[in-house]
Amino acid sequence: MEQLAQFYAVYGSVINFIGINALLALSLNFTLAAGMLSLGNAAFAGIGGYTAGILTVHLKAPLIVSLCGGSLMAGVVGLLLGMPVLRLKGVFLAMATLAFGEVVRIAAVNLDITGGAEGLTGIPNITRTWMIFLALALAAYFMATLRRSRIGWGLISIREDETAAACLGVDITYYKVVAFTIGAMVAGFAGAMYAHLNYLITPRDFGFFIAVDLLVYNIVGGTRIWYGPILGAALLTALPEILRGVGVAAGPVRLAVNGVILLLVILFLPNGLASLFTRLRPVAVKTGRAERT
Amino acid sequence: MNLSVDNISRSFGGVQALMDVSFEVELGTIHGLIGPNGAGKTTLINILSGVLPPTHGQVLYQGLSLHHLPAHQVAALGVARTFQNIRLFPTMTCLENVQAGQHLTAERPLMPRLLRLPSAGREDRELEERARDNLVRVGLGDRASHPARSLSYGERRRLEIARALALNPSLLLLDEPVAGMRRGEAAEVADLIRSLVQGGMTILLIEHNMAFVMEICSCITVLNFGRVITTGSPDAVRRHRDVIEAYLGSERGDA
Amino acid sequence: MNLLAQQLVNGLFIGSVYGLFAVGYTLVFGVLDILNLAHAAVFTLGGLSAVWLVQAAGMSIWLAFPLATLLAGGLGLLINAAAFAPLRRRADSQFSGLISSIAMAIIFDAAALGLFGARSVRFPPGTVKVHVWQIAGVTITSLQVGIVLVATLLMLILTLFLQRSRTGKAIRTVAENERAAMLLGVNVSGIIAFTFFISSALGGAAGVLYGLYFDSLAPDMGRAIELKGLAVIILGGMGSIPGAILGGLAFGLSEVLTVAVSGTSNLRDAVAFTVLFAILLLRPSGLLGRGKLREA
Repeated sequence: MEQLAQFYAVYGSVINFIGINALLALSLNFTLAAGMLSLGNAAFAGIGGYTAGILTVHLKAPLIVSLCGGSLMAGVVGLLLGMPVLRLKGVFLAMATLAFGEVVRIAAVNLDITGGAEGLTGIPNITRTWMIFLALALAAYFMATLRRSRIGWGLISIREDETAAACLGVDITYYKVVAFTIGAMVAGFAGAMYAHLNYLITPRDFGFFIAVDLLVYNIVGGTRIWYGPILGAALLTALPEILRGVGVAAGPVRLAVNGVILLLVILFLPNGLASLFTRLRPVAVKTGRAERT
Repeated sequence: MNLSVDNISRSFGGVQALMDVSFEVELGTIHGLIGPNGAGKTTLINILSGVLPPTHGQVLYQGLSLHHLPAHQVAALGVARTFQNIRLFPTMTCLENVQAGQHLTAERPLMPRLLRLPSAGREDRELEERARDNLVRVGLGDRASHPARSLSYGERRRLEIARALALNPSLLLLDEPVAGMRRGEAAEVADLIRSLVQGGMTILLIEHNMAFVMEICSCITVLNFGRVITTGSPDAVRRHRDVIEAYLGSERGDA
Repeated sequence: MNLLAQQLVNGLFIGSVYGLFAVGYTLVFGVLDILNLAHAAVFTLGGLSAVWLVQAAGMSIWLAFPLATLLAGGLGLLINAAAFAPLRRRADSQFSGLISSIAMAIIFDAAALGLFGARSVRFPPGTVKVHVWQIAGVTITSLQVGIVLVATLLMLILTLFLQRSRTGKAIRTVAENERAAMLLGVNVSGIIAFTFFISSALGGAAGVLYGLYFDSLAPDMGRAIELKGLAVIILGGMGSIPGAILGGLAFGLSEVLTVAVSGTSNLRDAVAFTVLFAILLLRPSGLLGRGKLREA
């Protein structure tokens, strides 16, 4: 027990960031589940973080109100953005969401209420580890269950083949906007928790490269099952600590290991590390529901 | 209250794919749509299923106009289809493909599933049972847990039919249902189609296998260069001069 | 008025570097329909290796510049061999290619960090002799003129190469239709590798010019231009070479004008990204694009 407490004292912040990153990765998985490549989820996290921070700092709102407020704000923006943007496909959607993310970042730098380039400071550090992992567990359960619901079947059909899905009666635009908005809300919630973990939130915390990281977590872990993004986020967030543990200094080597892992996964495990666990089962034994629902 | 195709035209850029196409499909029958390659058959199926809007003209089905509706609303009116180039969901199993096709016939509400209510499990089991029945119906009962991409060409066509049947359609549009099939396999599909019509379904099918079309269809519409040459019984069509001309005159008259 | 004229001239200079960067970016997309997100990392390595060649190896910039450009081209071959060629036959190659190019970008960034350190570096003083001219109150340096000339020259050579030469025509055939090119006897995989070589060489050259212009290079300098490059090629139309050139100039001008009008550099990118966003919604194929929406 004492060892556990010691472990937490040393690695507590890594554990917290694993949780936050996993939640962010999961938020992107809602959009990826419908085959939509979005680079906007970091910006949604930023919107959630700033909204929650402002609610707490300026309006003295209790934490749960701030968290839900941040999530809601991100969801509303996601809904408004999703309706025009989701007509776009592939890299064009990625670029549009990326441009949106940059506009959000630039707005955060230039607005007074967000504290400009230095960020919003003085946010109390009141997010606790259990809150993060409770949120993660709920989101993961939601994701896993969603896939067995009407929405989930619709989204997977869209990912596989949009035209065929439409001919089965799936309202493509509606489902895409729903998935995009849910993803934005989850990202906003994660961002709100992050803001209350770090004393401050800055525009740099949610830029393009964070958006790419979220994509990388999903690819490394696997996009096709709920625990894939969590696995990817946990591994890559913990990697610097693991490498330090085996005596590799941070910096270039850590970065290179990141890159090599990503390259190897995309070349040899197109469905991510999660497929290592599902692949062990022979196809013929697998029941209809086993792998992806 | 038939399916009536009324003066449908469609152009792509400057190319006129369909020009003033009109014919009627009597409900509860098997209607064939034939013509040389490039005659506009698949374009017409795309318009009927809402995948493409027509440039002009209208489509009426059971008194409702379909031509301005998006594909998912057309499907909701009971119109299902298959694709010439087979558009299954390749990474899903056969069973899952059919389950995905139950989108309109199943509720699958989220809340009971989140709360693990027994009603959700009951619905899932019922739906799975129905999906298995659909697979058995097209002769793929033993393939339920195989991924769709592992199937043979003919099996894929049949799986696509099973997926379309999961919509419980009243009108089924089949784009070359027996292309690439062996004779015995095609005969099984013919039997399946007949049994569907006996159950009250209406079927409009494109097919190049002339023996199949002549045997199974009660009425045939012939297209050539985007225009209707004739609509009539198989015998009448077979003897129609312009039809013979269209096929013999066409270089690719492999149909 | 003079200030505005000065800003316009500055915008032109930096815009030509953006254009050169974007031309390489868009070339790969035009041929393969794939975004090579490692392009910015090649840009960085090109610039940094030129500094190393001048500083540590004592070379003249006139030798270091072409060498760094060739080296960057070599990185392009590496990107193709490691990240794109193995995925080419895969059904989701556009998506997986995007990811594998991110992986290459991370590996190159790590290499830049490991080889050249994290601090920003600059070309030694006197690498290029700089004359300063005052024309109608506008200050222009010979370095700026040189940068524009080199960038323009490279873009001109590329355009002529694609239009006139046998290999250039083969590249365009592959871009048009890979299968048809193969049937015509074009060595498709060779052409693709060569396309990567040219694209990355141009990216590396842009990195050297960028470093000379701003007199500062750092391992994260690619980050600044990565997003701008993406914005430029969308502005100009994915795959369009003249579009990338014009887009680069437009982007450079919009940056300096935004700063001039708003008086703060914080808003520098705001106009550009807002315009980019609007273009994607209204005319996704870009201003000079091929008029066709491409699916993932």
